[in-house]
Amino acid sequence: MATEEEKQTVFDVEAANMLTKELRDVFASGKTRSYEWRISQLKSMIKMCDEHEEDIVDALHQDLSKPKLESIVYEITMLKNSCTLAIKELKQWMMPEKAKTSLLTFPSSAEIVPEPLGVVLIISAWNYPFLLSLDPLVGAIAAGNAMVLKPSEFSPATSSLLAKLLPEYLDISSIKVVEGAVSETSALLEQKWDKIFYTGNGIVGRIVMAAAAKHLTPVVLELGGKSPVVVDSGIDLQIATRRIIAGKWGCNNGQACVSPDYIITTKDCADKLVDSLKKELETFYGKNPLESKDLSRIVNSKHFSRLTKLLDEDKVSRKIVYGGERDEANLKICPTILVDVPCDSLIMKEEIFGPLLPILIVSKIEDSFDMINSGTKPLAAYLFTNNKKLKEQFVVSVSAGGVVINDIAMHLAIHTLPFGGVGESGTGSYHGKFSFDAFSHKKAVLYRSFMGDAALRYPPYTRGKLRLMKAFMTSNFWNILRALLGRS
Amino acid sequence: MEGLEGTLAELRDTFKSGRTRSVAWRKSQLRAMIEFVQDNEEEIFKVLGQDMGKHPVEAYRDEVGIVAKSARLSLSCVEKWMAPRKGNIPLAFFPASAEVMPEPFGVVLIMGSWNFPISLTLDPLIGAISAGNVVVLKPSELSPACSSFLAETIPQYLDHKSIKVIEGGIDVCEQLLQQNWDKIFFTGSQRVGRIVMTAAAQHLTPVTLELGGKSPAILDSSSNPANMKVIAKRIVAAKWGSCSGQACIAIDYMLVEEKFASYLIDLLEKTIKQFFGENPRESKSLCKILNKNNFKRLLDLLKDPLIRAAVVSGGSVNEETMYIEPTILLNPPLDSQIMTEEIFGPLLPIITLNNIHDSIEFISSRPKPLVIYAFTRDETFKKQILSKTSSGGVTFNDTLIQFACDSLPFGGVGQSGFGRYHGKYSFDTFSHEKAILQRRFFPELEPRYPPWNDFKFQFIKLLYAFNYIGLLLLLLGLKK
Repeated sequence: MATEEEKQTVFDVEAANMLTKELRDVFASGKTRSYEWRISQLKSMIKMCDEHEEDIVDALHQDLSKPKLESIVYEITMLKNSCTLAIKELKQWMMPEKAKTSLLTFPSSAEIVPEPLGVVLIISAWNYPFLLSLDPLVGAIAAGNAMVLKPSEFSPATSSLLAKLLPEYLDISSIKVVEGAVSETSALLEQKWDKIFYTGNGIVGRIVMAAAAKHLTPVVLELGGKSPVVVDSGIDLQIATRRIIAGKWGCNNGQACVSPDYIITTKDCADKLVDSLKKELETFYGKNPLESKDLSRIVNSKHFSRLTKLLDEDKVSRKIVYGGERDEANLKICPTILVDVPCDSLIMKEEIFGPLLPILIVSKIEDSFDMINSGTKPLAAYLFTNNKKLKEQFVVSVSAGGVVINDIAMHLAIHTLPFGGVGESGTGSYHGKFSFDAFSHKKAVLYRSFMGDAALRYPPYTRGKLRLMKAFMTSNFWNILRALLGRS
Repeated sequence: MEGLEGTLAELRDTFKSGRTRSVAWRKSQLRAMIEFVQDNEEEIFKVLGQDMGKHPVEAYRDEVGIVAKSARLSLSCVEKWMAPRKGNIPLAFFPASAEVMPEPFGVVLIMGSWNFPISLTLDPLIGAISAGNVVVLKPSELSPACSSFLAETIPQYLDHKSIKVIEGGIDVCEQLLQQNWDKIFFTGSQRVGRIVMTAAAQHLTPVTLELGGKSPAILDSSSNPANMKVIAKRIVAAKWGSCSGQACIAIDYMLVEEKFASYLIDLLEKTIKQFFGENPRESKSLCKILNKNNFKRLLDLLKDPLIRAAVVSGGSVNEETMYIEPTILLNPPLDSQIMTEEIFGPLLPIITLNNIHDSIEFISSRPKPLVIYAFTRDETFKKQILSKTSSGGVTFNDTLIQFACDSLPFGGVGQSGFGRYHGKYSFDTFSHEKAILQRRFFPELEPRYPPWNDFKFQFIKLLYAFNYIGLLLLLLGLKK
């Protein structure tokens, strides 16, 4: 147990340096590389979730007023699933993969051997502070690394809880938690890591990558963007609406990287859509959503101000068709729908990350594709339609981290799909085996023998060798034969 | 360079038009690439001879042949590579379909290197084309004849609206690096690698860095004496037989047991004579040192009297012709430059150890190299090398040839870089793997939506935990 004095010790560059050195020694000892170690850590993590479910739910409630269901399902259950999958498949993931060899290297055999990168840094976010800290950790552990976790300071209760629980359940010598804010993060970023995994926004993402560049450290950046939802006509509007609401306000009240940021639809759809949204929102959250217990609050006053500023911009405030109410004392903003906001308004320029949903109108639904592609690539893009051709066009022409047709955000829960961004929404991916891969180096191994050593490989070089070389490299048996007979 | 902004704008428009995404376009470019190397083989030999003094055999083996092989493989596989891959879906999310679809990043920058100026620009280019991107190719200015040749000839074969060659020096590189690329592929030194990645960070551009390092060769005395002649050939080939040691996968230094050293040196000297004749200076099979800067850098490595004292073979230089004789050193000080910097030249330090197994500690206490070569028959030792050292790759009982193996990813780790290519890995390195989930409206799960109650809570909890039995019990009213 740290004393008050110890807790207040500044975590500076020197401390960060010592920490990474310590972890390097532990990694060098080979401790984290055994199958047994990895399995034991993953099993402990499940145990930790089971034994402290209440504490986790409480912390998330403190940080975000997160409804119990969201905490249990979208944070704890998702994490446990990750652990369970990794435990089930780890042996297979750790096995070398045989690679084919060609005539060119005959006789030979080849394989690709996964190995841990070494000492990795995981920087987490505040919106799913439990899941986004531990899910990458699962990958790093499964791949056999030593690691530092830096939870977000904007979710302090969860950060504290992680700092307390991880040393109790996991191997404290190889898995460290460093709490803190900008200066602690900067101290960590000055160190040489074998990988940095960052979840957050593009501004800090750039800082992380630039810091990583100094040491040639590869990075995974899980960022965000404006994830659009295109709503076509001729669909079951009630179902679509409910899925949109569940994916937007039902996931941390819009404060999620894959949250539907804005909707694009046609004029005749828009009115019906707005009506349907209003109706379902009321069913879900009652007439007074500011008092609903099923909605997270806004994380802090900084974001609250940011969001109200988006709403209060002149050309935008009169576009509100539903909601708009706020409760500053409790950091709550009502689910709010806006229609036809100008494209150059603030709300359309930055990622909203909150309970505001603008709806943009286009004349033809296909125009939405160009609109989306004219902006930066989002983390997710959604389409609700029954039109097969539209689906195909959307999937091919809209570039995003991931695309979901006729639902919202579910691709996160499917471990056979890589989860990550592209362009401004990030680089790299994880979930399932992709997490293991993200924290591994795949080493290429070639086994050769001394049989049939070809003189043509070696100097002195001659034109005759050139003929033979060409024949071999085109792997054409007849050419080889002819060349050997001096005829090509 | 306003021309640059215009060029990029043109490339973006081309990409937006969708032209580079069709199978037909990609195949046409790959065919054109094959034609390009076939039609211009002699010219390529000529410019490689001019820039590097490369013999046609080396030029074919390491450059022309590699490019032709890559293009042929990509041509036959590109359609397969482009196809979406299906993924399993847990029952809980039924009905749905999940797949991963590769798509091009967009506008990519490929920066080539001077030592293999043809293959290290065109091989990545093949990957970028197969993946459907538009490309700016920046050959190294340090191999000017090749750079000119590429600038002049590529537009005659490849689609000039989608693939541009931009020549130039540091100032051009700086301007290029300020642009917003969708991917940068860089081959070169660690120092410039840092610059490239730092510039890329401004735009969150993903990068592949193919760098270098000090690639060691371990020689175990368990190796069959009958094979020693071949081993020596492979060692000499990997040091002096590929661009005179100026290659990322050249053997940088050797590790042998003390008792073996003089036998090895003797054998290497004999092999060098066999390959390059009595007077290597006159051999046409030995590449030249790139330029004055590199020559001076290598001379400096030999300057220190302690280093000079360690020279056991070769060591003569001719400043006028920038020639350095194939040189072997025995146990130069471990903290000397020659043992801390990547040599990239015709100098081979041999470090002796008491026990060859110490080579593992030696290597793992140093930055991770691009490749480790190990000549050994000891299966246990092989396993230890694999598990206790880290490198881009490991090749047992041979050298250099892993470069030609299309099914093995080629790339570094740690200071030797990150990312990889060759074969399908080239396609992958220039693709974004887009996750696609398709769901249906029917059936609809009522319990998904608020307002929450105990039943819904249990339902969703069990559903997301894939606890189907529990779910069934709940639905049958048998679970609380």
